[in-house]
Amino acid sequence: MTADLPAAPEYAEPVVDWHRLDARMLVVRPLNELLGFVPVLVGLLVLGKGETWRALLSAGVIAAVVLLGLLRWVTTRYRITTEQVELRTGLFVRKRLAVPRDRVRTVDLTAKLGHRLFGLSAIRVGTGQRDQPGEEGLTLDAVSSAEAERLRVLLLALAAPERPGEPAAERPGLVLSTLDRKWLRYAPLTLSGLVAVGALAGLVTNYARELEVEVFGPLTDAAHWVVRQPLWLTLSLFAGGVLVIAGFGSVLVYVVQFWGYRLTREPDDTVRVRRGLLTTRSVSVAEQRLRGVEVVEPLLLRAGRGAHAKTVTTGLGRKGESNLLLPPAPVAEAHRVSAAVLRLDTSPTATPLRRHPAAALRRRLVRAIGPPLVLAGGAAWFAPAWAWQVALALTPLAVLLGWDRYRSLGHALTDRHLIARQGSVVRETVALQRTGIIGWRVSRSFFQRRSGLVTISATTAAGDGVYHVVDVAEADGLALADEAVPDLLRPFLEGGRPARAAGGSARAADRPDRV
Amino acid sequence: MDEVSTDQLRLRAPRHRVSRKSITLWTLHAVIGWAVLLAPQLAVLVFSRAPWQVGLAVATLVVGVAHALVMPRWRYRVHRWEATPEAVCTLAGWLNQEWRIAPVSRIQTVDTKRGPLQQLLGLSTVTVTTASAAGPVQIEGLDRDEAVRLADELTGTTQATPGDAT
Repeated sequence: MTADLPAAPEYAEPVVDWHRLDARMLVVRPLNELLGFVPVLVGLLVLGKGETWRALLSAGVIAAVVLLGLLRWVTTRYRITTEQVELRTGLFVRKRLAVPRDRVRTVDLTAKLGHRLFGLSAIRVGTGQRDQPGEEGLTLDAVSSAEAERLRVLLLALAAPERPGEPAAERPGLVLSTLDRKWLRYAPLTLSGLVAVGALAGLVTNYARELEVEVFGPLTDAAHWVVRQPLWLTLSLFAGGVLVIAGFGSVLVYVVQFWGYRLTREPDDTVRVRRGLLTTRSVSVAEQRLRGVEVVEPLLLRAGRGAHAKTVTTGLGRKGESNLLLPPAPVAEAHRVSAAVLRLDTSPTATPLRRHPAAALRRRLVRAIGPPLVLAGGAAWFAPAWAWQVALALTPLAVLLGWDRYRSLGHALTDRHLIARQGSVVRETVALQRTGIIGWRVSRSFFQRRSGLVTISATTAAGDGVYHVVDVAEADGLALADEAVPDLLRPFLEGGRPARAAGGSARAADRPDRV
Repeated sequence: MDEVSTDQLRLRAPRHRVSRKSITLWTLHAVIGWAVLLAPQLAVLVFSRAPWQVGLAVATLVVGVAHALVMPRWRYRVHRWEATPEAVCTLAGWLNQEWRIAPVSRIQTVDTKRGPLQQLLGLSTVTVTTASAAGPVQIEGLDRDEAVRLADELTGTTQATPGDAT
């Protein structure tokens, strides 16, 4: 068919070799997958009462896993040209993935236990693309740790252009924060312990059934003994037990997740978070793509004056907390880290904030009190008397919640960032880079219009995609938006004098962060 | 309570209204929605006519008719759009209203779309997306020609802007 066409001109593509993934992956992948199966396999082999078919089944499973690993290794190749990162994979369905190098925002190195035994790392390249959900960027699982480090530097080099003068590699990295053992006391204030207890209970029951082991005998006896005691003793024993286990669990989870936590600014202008006891992770974000930070204070953690911090950036998956900047730590540390990461002297997240008008308090209270009152009304109609009494007793708590939600509301503007805070159960303070704002949404519900309030939302390509300044006085909110991004809102505004916006954020009223 | 004083800073309504045929479109949408809700109730009424069943059906009918009469006209008075060389701005909603403003320099895609009912009425929706997952700006209910013209215009200005819009 192509015979009578003129010969195509020589296409001089720079010759770049295709690389295979590291051959050690042949061992590591089955190992990693088998690590999860170990208890079951042991059970099948040891406690399987010598049935042959069970042993055969286990052997079959192992063989299949090894074979799959081999297939994947044989069919996967990658190369990095001057223009893009390319990945070819698949035997029956051939897939070819190419990511332009100037779109690389983040590089995420993950090494599970198996990887670490053999000195390997999986590498995930994050781009800013959000159009294809489920496309978690491009993953190479796995290459040797040295190769991973080489790729990390290489891929982020384009994202952060070389400064003139000295070569990047010769400037030393700067440590911004490392794990302090005292932070462990914040672990019980996260709910991860309770989650861990639940997961553990699920796992134990699951395997116990699988292995036909009677672990419940003594447990059941203990439970019976507890239940026979008076009600108050039963309740306090149960609560105490859960609390103790959850406390230990949460410390354990904290250590496993955050051991070796280290936040650095690398010589190539990337911010890098390293952490993990068993599975180690290293997430690098090109500083240019950092659009801000978020300080998060869940209620319990806030009561203990703690907080954790997240980056607001493009190109990070939502999975596995890859946007973590600081594990639960003192709130002062969270503010210090956010300032350091943003290269500022004073933390934007600790800026004194402007309170929102009293109408916002009214809205918070109505919203908080409404549900228990409606519940009480409904219960009075249908349920026994204690039900509506309980619902009514919740009302003071609801008032406190509403009051706290109002106290959390606040906004401010600094030279480079828009700061917005909201929430009570999870209080979030975001500092969003003003140049990272790519649009506004100004919404007024029926009741907001009657109270002269608006909710101003800044849309951005990073993080959650949109950050809200909730229930702000209309004129103040618009002045804020107008000042934050000059000339965007201006053509659509009327009334008011542009000058009044300037002194807006000066009148500050911040309270100490205590519940 | 509405306009406090002329001195207050506020957003003005964008310049252009949407097509008048949008009222018909929104009415049709409302009628179809309420019909879906009412039809099974009427079907039940054929077999049994307990007072609460009749009451519920009548209530649905009354609310539905009121909604189908009020909502489209209210919306028509609210919905507006404007495209300047720098930005696209829309105002939409009725009980809850929302302005959306996106700078032209940050636009990533411009789509025109016509649903079956819109085709019947010769209407189009222009959707302008930015790099934010939360920021599409939709202009519903434009006349077909106007939508094509607007989309071309926006595509032209977007292509002329350098950068990757994030």
